[in-house]
Amino acid sequence: MSIGMREQFAVTVTDILEDDLSTALVLADVSARFFPEATRRHPDRVINVGIREQLLVSAGAGLAFTGMRPIVHTFGAFLVERAFEQIKLDFDHQDVGGVLIGSGGSYDWPAGGRTHMSPGDVALIDTLRGWTVHVPGHAAEADVLIRDAVAGSGRVYVRLAGDDNAAARRVGSGRTGRFDVVRRGARASVVAVGPMLDPVLKATAGLDVTVLYAATVRPFDRSTLRETLAEPDVVLVEPYLAGTSTREVADALQDLPHRTLALGVGTPDLRRYGEPHEHSHAHGLDAAGLRESIGAFLDVPSRAA
Amino acid sequence: MTTTTSLASVDVDVRRPELGYGDLDALMSLMTGDEKHGPSATSTLDVLWVLYDRVLNVTPDTVDDPGRDRFQLSKGHGPMAYYAVLAVKGFIPVDWLATFGRYDSPLGHHPDRVLVPGVEISSGSLGHGLPLGVGTALGLRAQGLGSRVVVLVGDAEYDEGSNAEAVAYAGAIGLDNLTVVVVDNSSSTHGWSDGIERRFAVEGWEAVRVDGRDHAEVTLALRGHPEGRPSVVVAHVENKEG
Repeated sequence: MSIGMREQFAVTVTDILEDDLSTALVLADVSARFFPEATRRHPDRVINVGIREQLLVSAGAGLAFTGMRPIVHTFGAFLVERAFEQIKLDFDHQDVGGVLIGSGGSYDWPAGGRTHMSPGDVALIDTLRGWTVHVPGHAAEADVLIRDAVAGSGRVYVRLAGDDNAAARRVGSGRTGRFDVVRRGARASVVAVGPMLDPVLKATAGLDVTVLYAATVRPFDRSTLRETLAEPDVVLVEPYLAGTSTREVADALQDLPHRTLALGVGTPDLRRYGEPHEHSHAHGLDAAGLRESIGAFLDVPSRAA
Repeated sequence: MTTTTSLASVDVDVRRPELGYGDLDALMSLMTGDEKHGPSATSTLDVLWVLYDRVLNVTPDTVDDPGRDRFQLSKGHGPMAYYAVLAVKGFIPVDWLATFGRYDSPLGHHPDRVLVPGVEISSGSLGHGLPLGVGTALGLRAQGLGSRVVVLVGDAEYDEGSNAEAVAYAGAIGLDNLTVVVVDNSSSTHGWSDGIERRFAVEGWEAVRVDGRDHAEVTLALRGHPEGRPSVVVAHVENKEG
């Protein structure tokens, strides 16, 4: 039984803080309970500003001004959406590096309602340029990608979610940013992002398609998409706002007549509560929904028919 | 060889070994094209001059020194006085001033730290400097660097709620390497009843109000800062720009 991504984040970052004196963790109450030991050992480098997200992001950037590597964390909704101008100006425009780690996925806690959902986070980060965006699909991948992000000097957003794939894929070790070729087929290429891999594999069982796994979506690995492309049909399956990476596919295949099916979170505010799997179903992101959409795109009858 | 920069019949002789406070008016006119634009028309000028002349431990040779003092101009509007002071102190060439606001000038109507040596933060959107200053002070403290951070904000800029986040937090943790200068020219639309310094004092800051034109008063207030808590100096100036 693997631990969840957020617990893994705590273990990984605690370890990083111990080893690398140039790192600092900035929190806004969320997840602070995971860091009692690190807070005791490194009181100057584990910084909890309280429920103040503008300060959270700006203080992270201020730490970077002094040569430190900030790790800034809260729920994605409050990290990226509430304090977006702070990300845009205090990291991007000031031209300093940092690692932003958002948790909560698109709807990890749907009973909390729209306020705690952030399907638009990656699209919003994508209005900036030059960011690296990791969407790990397993706790073990989160460990590797967070370490990779902190070891660098750029601007990185790591998106953690509650759901994960049964097994970790190989990421990092020089492979960071490359799509993983899960299987090859003669028809469409299906790009499964992070936690979408297991439902995609289930949905495409028996279909003659290529499945690419993306734990990193920015930069978008256009070359692997091109190199493995059989038919110029691409299905994007993203666990956040549908169509977030359509632009990338269009650019990768700009010289080629092609079709794209972009699956992801549709209507951001369903005004429904319940459990995550109910929302995956509502957005057509469970295996059955994906099978139906992909089957229709490929003109393949659904298994039930 | 050009040794004199002229604009709007203002001459600044850059051969002079030492420019000083008395040259700021002429230097600012290089940017505004207005020769009658006296120093008193710019609310931040005297505070900026005192900071760079008498308070901050930073020179053109130490702009990348990890141990330098950091000055962060949060109120980036109207940066002519700032650029003029940076020119007098040798951070930027005097002949940059006449390019103010042009397409390829390093000097915009809001400063850019990437383009201008000695500028610590890019500003323009209000309410970013103080939270950035908190992070900078935390970073210096975490690395055992004894230098300080001074952030200049305007009294109208304080309307932005991000400042309140920073003031409450810095006060709560006693961030004593952080000093804020509020240049108060009563420009906030709804004002600050009983003085803006109260917003800081209730959060545990050392707060003092001075005459923002009195160099001796400003110097004294900015040189001394208490241990164990952050400090704010409210520099009051009359708003002569109306």
